Amino acid sequence: MSATFTKSMARNIFYGGAVFFFLLFVGLTFDTMQVLPKRDHRENITPEVVRGKHIWETRDCIGCHTLLGEGAYFAPELGNVYKRRGPEFIKAWIKAQPTGAPGRRQMPQFHLTDAQLNDLVAFLKWTSEINTNNWPPNIEG
Amino acid sequence: MQYKSQAVAKPYFIAAIGLFTGQILFGLIMGLQYVVGDFLFPEIPFNVARMVHTNLLIVWLLFGFMGSAYYLVPEESETELFSPKLAQVLFWIFLLAGAATVLGYLLVPYATLARMTGNNILATMGREFLEQPLPTKVGIVIVALAFLFNITMTVLKGRKTSITLVLLIGLWGLAVFFLFSFYNPSNLVLDKYFWWWVVHLWVEGVWELILGALLAFVLIKVTGVDREVIEKWLYVIIAMSLITGLIGTGHHYYWIGTPESWLWFGSVFSALEPIPFFMMTVFAFNMVNRRRREHPNKAATLWALGTGVMSFLGAGVWGFLHTLAPVNYYTHGTQITAAHGHMAFYGAYVMVVITMISYAMPVLRGRAANSERAQVLEMWSFWIMTVSIVFITLFLTAAGILQVWLQRISATPMGFMATQDQISLFYWLREISGVFFLVGLVLYIASFFIKGGKTVSA
Repeated sequence: MSATFTKSMARNIFYGGAVFFFLLFVGLTFDTMQVLPKRDHRENITPEVVRGKHIWETRDCIGCHTLLGEGAYFAPELGNVYKRRGPEFIKAWIKAQPTGAPGRRQMPQFHLTDAQLNDLVAFLKWTSEINTNNWPPNIEG
Repeated sequence: MQYKSQAVAKPYFIAAIGLFTGQILFGLIMGLQYVVGDFLFPEIPFNVARMVHTNLLIVWLLFGFMGSAYYLVPEESETELFSPKLAQVLFWIFLLAGAATVLGYLLVPYATLARMTGNNILATMGREFLEQPLPTKVGIVIVALAFLFNITMTVLKGRKTSITLVLLIGLWGLAVFFLFSFYNPSNLVLDKYFWWWVVHLWVEGVWELILGALLAFVLIKVTGVDREVIEKWLYVIIAMSLITGLIGTGHHYYWIGTPESWLWFGSVFSALEPIPFFMMTVFAFNMVNRRRREHPNKAATLWALGTGVMSFLGAGVWGFLHTLAPVNYYTHGTQITAAHGHMAFYGAYVMVVITMISYAMPVLRGRAANSERAQVLEMWSFWIMTVSIVFITLFLTAAGILQVWLQRISATPMGFMATQDQISLFYWLREISGVFFLVGLVLYIASFFIKGGKTVSA
């Protein structure tokens, strides 16, 4: 780099750029927070949904599955599983694990009660109704 | 070694390499589970192996960063470390906490672990990369703050250089943004939004400052180029990192419920994120070409150049590949993401920590550089690990393209598992590449035990 461009100029660009773009990021975040209620339908977050998210977390579902495309890529996307499979299939599927089919990927048995299964399904239903800009491209996730 | 207290870095580096080995072994387990689904089930389910794989990565990189800081800061500040004792105590606390956490993952069902560790009081667990139990998270904060206190006090009492300043901003940022891991609202969209304030603002934000500072330090040492020149480059690079990377967070806000404006903000700014990485490559080669001395540690120079190239390829090129919203619409959450993740982490953070270890370890062991034979072996391990990660990335990219095609673009889309069966060949090839990576790692470790040949005294 040329000698006319000095270290202190570079330092000023760093400080100025970092502060400006961090404040812009905070501003955009503030704006996002105003818009979000219309997109996440938080009025539908019932106690069942809250408990369902807790079950989702404490069974580390994200360790194999993706949820809205984030997580592990070992097992199917579950953000839209409610629409793909419906509530009864989801519950029956979880109860039937592991399949024990030789050589196939296995999902653990979590011994969830019927009430817990209903909570989890409520969470997945609410999740499937988030406005995700039409992601995923099709029902297969 | 110019300052006695730099010696506290040594156990940090040794622990980092040990945990790195563990990370790779669990990676191989997961890679095999991709094709032999019931391998080690139910003893080590995939999700458990993955927690161990990713958490070990984070922890050993943190060990690497801390060790690097303990080595670098006294030398830059031209003073002994504020408290070597504190650094030694923190080492054992962090190592024991890390080991206990991994054992918890392996030995106790996750739901039980959550209940035992107070997750019902403050639920923070079960989110990707932030799976640690509450006491571990609190422990990370305490260790980080005590470490930062130690480092900051050292800088304050000694010479202040641009490198230590940038390193400090990076490390403080690391600690501050980790605090968002304690915020876990029941609204999934909010949860995800601020989850990225830890994950993205770490790896595409403040960690890049740490990376830049460590690379600049080693380049000054091995090339003898004027500090003013190197620090000017450092400022420009990290300025570009934050100018592009902060709003670049938006490339994670396309499909998680956040507003459409992020499609534009995320695409435009994250498309510029390769720039600082490209500058890093130019920087590293430029400084080595303009070197004013022939440092006997050829291996460290090779790692430094490798960091520049591989971070640009992994973070820059493979990141750009799927960062534009119309592309990401199809690639989001596929093996393309995994391909990028592997090469970016290796190229940027694994390699910069090894660069630091490669430069500092010989000095910590009382010589300017290792023997010729040890360096040759280390450089072999560089090539084997680096070429292996390139192949892992290429095979995962191939798997990802096929996955996107079969599952998302085709007129008759296949289901997830049916698609996985179709692309298993590439998972096998990835696993074989992973075995080669392990061979490279074993050679790397072996290079520390090679004696003989002439050594250069410090």
